[in-house]
Amino acid sequence: MAVSELIPAEEGRGLYRALAFRRILVICGLIVALVFSFSFDLALGPARYPLSEVLAALINPSGADLQTRVVLWDIRMPIALMAISVGACLSLAGAQMQTILANPLASPFTLGISAAASFGAALGLVAGVAIFPAAVHYMVPLNAFLMAMAASLFIYLMSTVRGVTVQTIVLLGIALVFTFNALLSLLEYLASEQALAAVVFWTMGSLTKATWGKVFATFAILIVCIPFFARHSWALTALRLGDVKAASFGVNIKSLRLKTLLGVSLLAAIPVSFVGTIGFVGLVGPHIARMLVGEDQRFFLPAAILCGALMLSATSVVSKIILPGAILPIGVITALVGVPFFFVLIFADRRQSW
Amino acid sequence: MVTLQLKGLGARYGSTLAVEGVSTPVFSGGELTAVIGPNAAGKSTLFKRIAGLLKGPGEVVLEGNKAAPRDAIRYMPQDTHANAVLTVYESVLLAAKQGEGWRVKDAELVEIDQILKALQIDGLAFRNLGELSGGQRQLVSIAQALVRRPEVLMMDEPTSALDLYRQVEVLNFMRDLARRQGTLVLIALHDLNHALRFCKNTMVIAGGRLMAAGPSEDVITSSMLRDIYRVEARVEACSRGENHVIIDRSAA
Repeated sequence: MAVSELIPAEEGRGLYRALAFRRILVICGLIVALVFSFSFDLALGPARYPLSEVLAALINPSGADLQTRVVLWDIRMPIALMAISVGACLSLAGAQMQTILANPLASPFTLGISAAASFGAALGLVAGVAIFPAAVHYMVPLNAFLMAMAASLFIYLMSTVRGVTVQTIVLLGIALVFTFNALLSLLEYLASEQALAAVVFWTMGSLTKATWGKVFATFAILIVCIPFFARHSWALTALRLGDVKAASFGVNIKSLRLKTLLGVSLLAAIPVSFVGTIGFVGLVGPHIARMLVGEDQRFFLPAAILCGALMLSATSVVSKIILPGAILPIGVITALVGVPFFFVLIFADRRQSW
Repeated sequence: MVTLQLKGLGARYGSTLAVEGVSTPVFSGGELTAVIGPNAAGKSTLFKRIAGLLKGPGEVVLEGNKAAPRDAIRYMPQDTHANAVLTVYESVLLAAKQGEGWRVKDAELVEIDQILKALQIDGLAFRNLGELSGGQRQLVSIAQALVRRPEVLMMDEPTSALDLYRQVEVLNFMRDLARRQGTLVLIALHDLNHALRFCKNTMVIAGGRLMAAGPSEDVITSSMLRDIYRVEARVEACSRGENHVIIDRSAA
């Protein structure tokens, strides 16, 4: 058989090992970039600290003076960690949504989970309605979480109905986006000026609401979901070859898709309820990871997590550099900074992906 | 050697019985068996049912198998386009590693190298799946099916996108492999001359039922072609003495 690029068979495994090694290097590179971004995120702000001082205060907090310790550990650290955990959660959620729904546009944002969360938050901010009345103090994030989970569960339940295809699920998600946006608009129309401002600010997404509790909660959901995805990495990768092919490999598609959807729902709902709508990361983080390391989930999974974390962390740094002192909604900045970067990647990447 | 027999096998899509009452003689490993029939006859459905991907009445009797039926029987679906960002090599590795750990052993990679070379697609190893032609994808699918070392392999139209040379190469390769490893290979085919030439036995499926099963030369006859395929045709020996189907016209 005539083939254009003949590679001797004995070189196949060598080339594969080299490819795998290159991907590990890319992942290591992302880790290093994330560490740098995180350190800069801590160093920058109204009071700037040299990186050496930041590192010293991190390694030995008691050695730093009180002001530095308070600024770094109590004020900036939760926000910087929140950027990482939220970015990681949303990107991982988007990656697995794109995988199980075989759709490059799938993300928490496009499937209505973020819109549902916004509506839930607005219910609390505008109408003072607490879906879970026992915890009125946490009304806004709790409403957002419950609505996001309700939207996810709706999609989850619909996907179990016989004859429902992945395309139907994507269409259902888009219908949810429109429904919740319409409901949100209605609430905004009825809202007082003060409540309207609060809703608009909430929907833009902001990391300034970060607390240590929220940081732990977002990392906890990552710790729960990552081992599950890692254990099913071969099966999840096989889904990208199509349902019939994956089934022929012995993958239990229905069960895997449902379990993954459940994990993804938590990954999307928890961060969104804490920090508001940050749309871009969940869509683009996975695409960047895919361009860097391909879709073998053993590499794609860590790369998607790191890309999302790095995107939000770097955005936080960039926004501090561009407009020192101003606190801009991170959801807006992420899109503005990320889109040009994403365009460059799309046009630089000549391979057909999707 | 592995043997396979179907007893009253049926397959359900929802509440519809798409295949029913398929009972066959015992097929033994080491040979190719053609599964023929018109479009939408139920060939793929039957394969999926045998592989356990569909539910239905009846029984698949597998004997002499080394692995559990779930691992012993493999189904290679019809060509499906995949736009995954995976190389050919990775997609074959993926087939091999299902249900296993992350670590990839050298022996597994050696096996992939050998299969790609045998199918003469080693030159495509590091191309992305999205860049392949239909025929190349089909060869990759065969590699994915073979890497799992099936004892019973069902191939759904594995040669439909291949040129003549590759059709003959692939069928020759599969016949040799079946003989060498004792694999029982069922192949859904549209080219009846391939069935006559490469397959010892043939099963005819139409309307979700088994219409005939037995040695290919006994099954592929003028009357079967008229009844099942609605063509007037002759089955005649060529100058080398091999039987060929010659189609005269569509039956009235």
